[in-house]
Amino acid sequence: MKLVHKYAAPKRFYELAGTLTPWFATLTTLLFVSGLYLGLYWAPPDYQQGNAYRIMFIHVPNAWMSMMAYMIMALFAAAGYIWNIRLADILAKVTAPLGASFTLTALVTGSLWGKPMWGTYWVWDARLTSELVLFFLYVGYMALQASIDDARRAAHASAILAIVGVVNIPIIHYSVYWWHTLHQPASLTLTSQPKIYITMLIPLIVMSIGFMFFYLTMLCVRARNEILWRERRADWVRKLVESRP
Amino acid sequence: MTGGLLGAMRAVFLRELLVFWRRSTEVMAALVFFVIVTTLFPLAIGPERRELMLVAPGVLWVAALLATTLSLNHLFASDYQDGSLEQLLMSPYPLSAMVLAKIAAHWVLTGLPLALLSPLLAVQMALPTKAIGTLVGSLLLGTPTLTLIGAIPAALTLGVRGGGVLVSLLVLPLYTPVLIFGAEAVAASAGQGFASVAHLSLLGAFLALALSFAPWASSAALRVSLD
Repeated sequence: MKLVHKYAAPKRFYELAGTLTPWFATLTTLLFVSGLYLGLYWAPPDYQQGNAYRIMFIHVPNAWMSMMAYMIMALFAAAGYIWNIRLADILAKVTAPLGASFTLTALVTGSLWGKPMWGTYWVWDARLTSELVLFFLYVGYMALQASIDDARRAAHASAILAIVGVVNIPIIHYSVYWWHTLHQPASLTLTSQPKIYITMLIPLIVMSIGFMFFYLTMLCVRARNEILWRERRADWVRKLVESRP
Repeated sequence: MTGGLLGAMRAVFLRELLVFWRRSTEVMAALVFFVIVTTLFPLAIGPERRELMLVAPGVLWVAALLATTLSLNHLFASDYQDGSLEQLLMSPYPLSAMVLAKIAAHWVLTGLPLALLSPLLAVQMALPTKAIGTLVGSLLLGTPTLTLIGAIPAALTLGVRGGGVLVSLLVLPLYTPVLIFGAEAVAASAGQGFASVAHLSLLGAFLALALSFAPWASSAALRVSLD
């Protein structure tokens, strides 16, 4: 807890994030390069889907990250709301656009994959639909943040929304799932092949870790921006700006 | 005046009814909206009864959902403007109970008339007679959940610019489960598959969950907005 308090001061976190960013960025690059190499060259083509399945190495990590980012955002938001930690407010706020872009990427890559596989860009599949609703939840969160000027009220109001969203996400997911299964006979889903071959699993894991570090890198960069903006009247920011040519 | 928590809740409930009743145009507006939106669909789709029958459950439920969303704006807004919401905040009773009473009154004047009016629109949409009971039942179970969930964004956006559109943006994703099972219950009893009891039970479950969760969350939201 002492450590939390030490680095929860925006100025300290600004410095810490500044030191960490290059490391995270390097790791992200390395993981992306090796993951893409493994995924695009090393892994064999699928016996049914040919080479088209390779978009999975982008699609699946993004889909995972889209959900993880919402959980992270809600946790930060809740911490900011409960303990009044300003840094947590900032981290929740800057996570939202990242999560929304993960969601959008997952949707776009999914529909690009769907065109050759399903013959259509969009199917009202359970997972696609709940991913779309997740995107709407992100948009709502960002819209609420943007429309309240007072930083503290914006953080607390959107924290409540994020927590309500977390309670709702499983309900929405299972509703959509049941709706789908009641509505139409099973269409082709990603799970139709139960086992994933090890040569495809390795690039997938590498890419997933890569996207996690990508998230961390972007989190640091965006949080630093947000801190500078919020503390723009503080002394240390002024000194920082003046010390730069 | 009876004392205690229940007395206070009753007082808030009756006051809300009276206030809403005196501003009955707002109450009527949501109902008229429900009627007009439903009327637009046959104009857009075409008057064939078979086609109308297929889309009727979805259309009726979406229209009811939008009408409820529209009415959310005056759940807290006027009390926020004239300061009576702050009085409520200072009362010695838990705010969530007061909010629950307000929501209940709001539902009696929007959700309940909506459900009672729906058979008329069901006939207009060529819904089979056997499904009308389910339609009213599903709306009676579903609309209180909609109002309860909607109270949270309504409280969050008090005094915020672009509040009206923002409420819809925040609340519509949260409404998806209720919409799915509400429309599905009606479709089921119109003879397109399974029995509607399962869907109605789930709507009841959502209502129980929303009853325990939403008043608490929206009173927290009110505290943030009035801070």
